[in-house]
Amino acid sequence: MSAAHPPAEHPHTSTGLDNAKLAMWAFLGSECLFFGSFISTYLLYRNVTGDGPTSADLYDIPYTSISSFVLLMSSLTMVLALSSVQNGDRRAMRIWLMATAFLGLTFIGGQVFEFTTFVEEGLTLSTSAFGSSFFVLTGFHGAHVTIGILMLLGLTVMSSFGRLGPDDSRPVEVVGLYWHFVDIVWIVIFTVIYLIPSG
Amino acid sequence: MAAFALSACSTDTPQSVLQPQGEFARKADALWDITFAIAIAVFVVVQGLLLYAIFRYRHKPGREAAQFHGNTRLEIAMTIIPALILLGLAVPTVATVFDLAAEPTGADVIHISVEGRQFWWRYDYTDLDIVTANELHIPTGQPIDLSIEGYDVNHSFWVPRLGGTQDVVPGRTSRLTLEADDPGTYLGQCKEFCGLSHSNMNLRVIAHDPGDFEQWVSDQQEPAAAPSDSLAAEGAELFVNGAADAQFAGGPSCASCHAIEGLDGAVGIIGPNLTHFAARNTFAGAIFQNNESNLRAWLANPPERKPGSQMPNLQLTTGQIDALVAYLQTLE
Amino acid sequence: MATAVAPQQGGLFARPTAKTGWWSWMTTVDHKKIGILYGVTAFFFFIVGGVEALLIRAQLATPNGEVLSPAVYNQLFTMHGLTMIFFVVIPMGTALMNFLLPLMIGARDVAFPRLNAFSYWVFLSAGLFMYSAFLLGGAPDGGWFGYAPLSLDPVTDGMTYYSLGLQIAGIASLAGAINFIVTIINMRAPGMTLMRMPVFVWMTLITSFLLLFAVPVIGVALWELMFDRLFGANFFDPAAGADPLLWQHLFWLFGHPEVYIMILPAMGIVSEVLPAFSRKPLFGYPAIVFSGAAIAFMGWGVWAHHMFAAGLGPVANSAFALSTMFIAVPTGVKIFNWIGTIWGGSVRLTTPFLFSAGFVSMFIIGGLSGVTHSIVPHDAQQTDTYYVVGHLHYVLFGGSIFGLFSGIYYWWPKVFGRLLSEKIGKFHFLLMLVGFNLTFMPFHILGLLGMPRRQYYFPANRGFEVWNLLASIGAFTIAVSILVFLYNVAVSRKKGEAAGADPWDARTLEWMTTSPPPEHNFDAIPVVRHRDDFWYRKYITTPEGESARVFAGGAASDEEQHSSEAASDEPPSSSAEGASDREPNTAGAAPPESSSEERPHAGASAEEQGHGIHLPSPSYFPLLTAAGMPVIGYGFIYSPILLAAGAVMLLVGAFGWVLEPPAEEA
Ligand code: HEA
Ligand code: HEA
Ligand code: HEC
Ligand code: CUA
Ligand SMILES: [Cu+2]
Repeated sequence: MSAAHPPAEHPHTSTGLDNAKLAMWAFLGSECLFFGSFISTYLLYRNVTGDGPTSADLYDIPYTSISSFVLLMSSLTMVLALSSVQNGDRRAMRIWLMATAFLGLTFIGGQVFEFTTFVEEGLTLSTSAFGSSFFVLTGFHGAHVTIGILMLLGLTVMSSFGRLGPDDSRPVEVVGLYWHFVDIVWIVIFTVIYLIPSG
Repeated sequence: MAAFALSACSTDTPQSVLQPQGEFARKADALWDITFAIAIAVFVVVQGLLLYAIFRYRHKPGREAAQFHGNTRLEIAMTIIPALILLGLAVPTVATVFDLAAEPTGADVIHISVEGRQFWWRYDYTDLDIVTANELHIPTGQPIDLSIEGYDVNHSFWVPRLGGTQDVVPGRTSRLTLEADDPGTYLGQCKEFCGLSHSNMNLRVIAHDPGDFEQWVSDQQEPAAAPSDSLAAEGAELFVNGAADAQFAGGPSCASCHAIEGLDGAVGIIGPNLTHFAARNTFAGAIFQNNESNLRAWLANPPERKPGSQMPNLQLTTGQIDALVAYLQTLE
Repeated sequence: MATAVAPQQGGLFARPTAKTGWWSWMTTVDHKKIGILYGVTAFFFFIVGGVEALLIRAQLATPNGEVLSPAVYNQLFTMHGLTMIFFVVIPMGTALMNFLLPLMIGARDVAFPRLNAFSYWVFLSAGLFMYSAFLLGGAPDGGWFGYAPLSLDPVTDGMTYYSLGLQIAGIASLAGAINFIVTIINMRAPGMTLMRMPVFVWMTLITSFLLLFAVPVIGVALWELMFDRLFGANFFDPAAGADPLLWQHLFWLFGHPEVYIMILPAMGIVSEVLPAFSRKPLFGYPAIVFSGAAIAFMGWGVWAHHMFAAGLGPVANSAFALSTMFIAVPTGVKIFNWIGTIWGGSVRLTTPFLFSAGFVSMFIIGGLSGVTHSIVPHDAQQTDTYYVVGHLHYVLFGGSIFGLFSGIYYWWPKVFGRLLSEKIGKFHFLLMLVGFNLTFMPFHILGLLGMPRRQYYFPANRGFEVWNLLASIGAFTIAVSILVFLYNVAVSRKKGEAAGADPWDARTLEWMTTSPPPEHNFDAIPVVRHRDDFWYRKYITTPEGESARVFAGGAASDEEQHSSEAASDEPPSSSAEGASDREPNTAGAAPPESSSEERPHAGASAEEQGHGIHLPSPSYFPLLTAAGMPVIGYGFIYSPILLAAGAVMLLVGAFGWVLEPPAEEA
């Protein structure tokens, strides 16, 4: 059937919005509540440190700021990936996708390093309610970034095999939505965890 | 509904919430009377309309359905009338909520700290230096200020005829006010599911005339008397030190979990304070009558008598049980 | 898109092709088949949950009952509650939505057919996973709301199964919700504006949004519980300074919207059934729609009414009492509109109608007892007694289950092409109504007499005996009524009357196509000009406000629709319509309509001629992906090897899914 349509045309829908995009928006709405609940848990427990280390003992704000900046930059490369493919340049798109994934990986690397440091300094999942809520909140965010990276790499590979459909832009756009969301959530988490002083 | 009213009046429903016997239960009940009347009225009207519509308009040859889609005025009325009724309910509700939440004040208010544990109740009369279990003694005609404290899991303190429920939440302290009009025994139960013996976590409130209550207090403040006969003395010894006997010796002694004022070494805090155990009518979450046979059965195997009980089976011999029971029964 | 297909070949394996037999069911992506799978599974769980209830009632028939041990009793009431809520009411609603949604809005399938299949298989895995706990050391036993810290109790793995099983069930609900939302927003037939959608579709949309936002909240609570139980985290352990009330807040922030998730679909069903059998349009359609939305919205602000005894303080208690009470207003609007629908009609007392009327009538009782709960000082007496258990069964059984049975009787002929017996159906209704009230009315009395819930026995001499006995007799009466229903089904399968496309003379699009509908639903996508479009293809409204049958070739003028609520979205009435598309059941090619209203629709041009209807092809991958989830669940409990195996299944399934085109080229 697609033969009957010019390649760039999306299938018609009642609203004119693309189904996959709409689904992603709905999913992200759901994710808001997901992270919202974890953030609330963290806010409840950020001072419940028991005998373990407190946030003041642990947080290295310049370090985390840098890795946050890296993640933010990945949103920029994601935008560039999308605009390349919309201009029909698939090669550039693949490069930007890989750049995005690389920045995401850097962020994850930073998080892994941060987690190890904290564990060395005595904060684990079971040290205190603070420890539990910190690791689980940031850990779930990290998991989201990881899934995002898998999707980015998947897109890159599929695009090089020409398996992204008539025009590569739709899946890229949908994954992009997800990626930007994960970034924005990080900004909220970063603010709540690192910037709001506890006490 | 008629059956409903009937059963509410019968006398053998000791936990009925519809027969308040104290100020605070009465306030809740007064709200119920209003609410129930309104609910019945709404039910009769709405249900009546529904049934009327169904039977009045049921299909008959020749009946044509009138094709209308709505009626704005009617629809607005249907929204406003219930809202007004609810507003009428809301006012006394909120007033009563605040009324009941007010802490009783005054020098003579009795403060009791109540702790719910799997599966029994611990009462600490903080100003009177009394610790007891399961049976709560109070004077009549005066508000009792309970501070409800959590321990292991959630429980819920509830004496229907005297009023209210307060959940027991570990890590939190909440409060509840009780008051009884007349002397007597009032039954209550743990309402929040708390494990295997949730059903076996009852309690009793025993209300005394103020004079009798004074008497009870001074009795309770006495330490336990030293046992006079030899079997009981043997029991006291066993209680504190366990026995040379293989099984009981390896495990904990009674005293590691139970306290008895006046018995050296009996300072445990895991189980109920047994200083005046024999003065209680019931034990183990107020489910067993306090008599010799029940006590023997209890000591022989607590978790079998009461599933999930935190008091372990200590593998006592019959002889040990004889001695312990003899001793426990001296703890007037 | 159901029909827009990229002409790509291949995928990892050869596509499944079976159209009948086991494999066709395992690999189907047809929303109708998935709907049937959902329905059958949910009904199976209904019997299971019901048998659990019967065991409970056997235990509680007499004082000091000894049928069950306390440990078994605790598992049974917990699993009974969980089963009825997560594996009966919700999926039974989903079953009807699945089958009907595309038909009602004139679509060929849901937006994501494979996601739909996935959702079913995940739901089934969740149920089997939870029940396998009975064999593997003990089922969940902490009550359906699993209050911490009791739920941290490590004696059995039961509550670990709870934390994982519900998580999996949540994924199924989430997938379903997203699918339905996109389908309703994007896949409507030309002319099917939002305010022309059947109310059942509206309630599906609202329910889906509720699920979308509620599932992640319980998801977080369950993750936290799981981390506490398996990895020594401290979310709920008071010994580490954590606050167990966090669980209660998270659970009920999900839990209360959840109860509306369970009632709104039933309300949608009733809103279809009552007009059909009163032969009238729904009274106050916009009000019913908006009150549904209002209930859903307000439902987010009342959760702490489950915690009136938790000690939140008088300010919070008052606020939540008020918000709770006022939910009665939009609910009342619905009740009154339903009565308005019957009013002035020509009511046929068929089985579906009776169940709907039963719904309204029983739900009034349940709703009113709900309002008495909101009277905080008295709720302090009622809470955690059988009075609450009475309330919840009146709204859930008297409400949801009666509503669902109404839907089952109503749409049965559409789904299976044969009618159920009216005679047996009415007997079923009567017996269930009597049994229901006999069971659950005494619960209210028991509660007021002071019987707490979740008691594995009750002592003598509290005045509880009579009422418990009555309730137990009632429960077995309900069981018999369910057997009557099963008999009805058996009779209908054997020698039921053929239904024809439109046995009820109904109003909505699903009745336009054959029963059962063809795989592609409609030969041509209908063009919608009205709310209750199918009705207006059959009837016109005379100036006297009565209906008159349109005969082929009749219908000079478009029906008037001057009532206030329909005004805005009516198309300019075109009087020069061809007669062909007004005839029942032809569903023929719609004449080219120049209505400005019309919207483009999925590949409409090609299909309108009845050619080249591409349906999504069956697929293995939803099943494979879904099957990975319980394996991961076992992995968490028993061994990392299983965990890895499950993850591999999930990944392979997901990749296969992505690489496989939605449909093969025909
Ligand atoms: C389908 C599910 C469903 C529905 C629809 C409802 C509807 C309502 N519920 Fe219920 N509820 C449950 C399922 C449901 N509930 C469950 C499962 C529990 C127990 C959970 C557990 O502890 O296990 C529970 C528990 C529960 C509690 C906690 C009790 C406790 O534990 O102490 C409360 C407290 O306020 C409550 C209130 C309400 C109210 C006010 C409504 C309202 O929405 C009802 C509104 C309807 C009407 C009022 C009737 C129609 C209206 C009119 C005819 C208009 C005129 C009316 C008036 C003027 C009053 N419910
Ligand atoms: C939709 C929801 C729903 C439904 C339909 C039911 C249906 C029933 N429920 Fe349940 N119930 C809940 C939801 C539901 N329940 C919830 C949420 C709880 C709270 C759980 C908790 O506290 O955690 C609860 C709790 C609950 C309790 C309280 C337990 C306790 O607190 O200790 C009881 C007690 O009697 C009970 C009874 C029943 C009965 C007798 C039925 C009957 O109506 C069942 C009728 C159905 C059948 C009987 C099936 C038909 C069977 C056959 C056709 C087979 C025939 C076979 C034989 C005769 C052997 N339920
Ligand atoms: C490991 C702790 C432990 C030990 C050891 C122990 N108990 Fe207990 N005991 C308890 C607990 C806990 C309860 C409350 C059980 C309940 O009601 O569910 C209890 C309850 C009792 C009661 C009932 C008290 C009441 O008023 O309800 C008696 C009597 C009693 N124990 C006697 C003994 C004797 C005698 C011994 C020694 C032989 C003993 N206990 C050893 C923990 C212990
Ligand atoms: Cu303690 Cu129930
Ligand atoms: Cu609720």
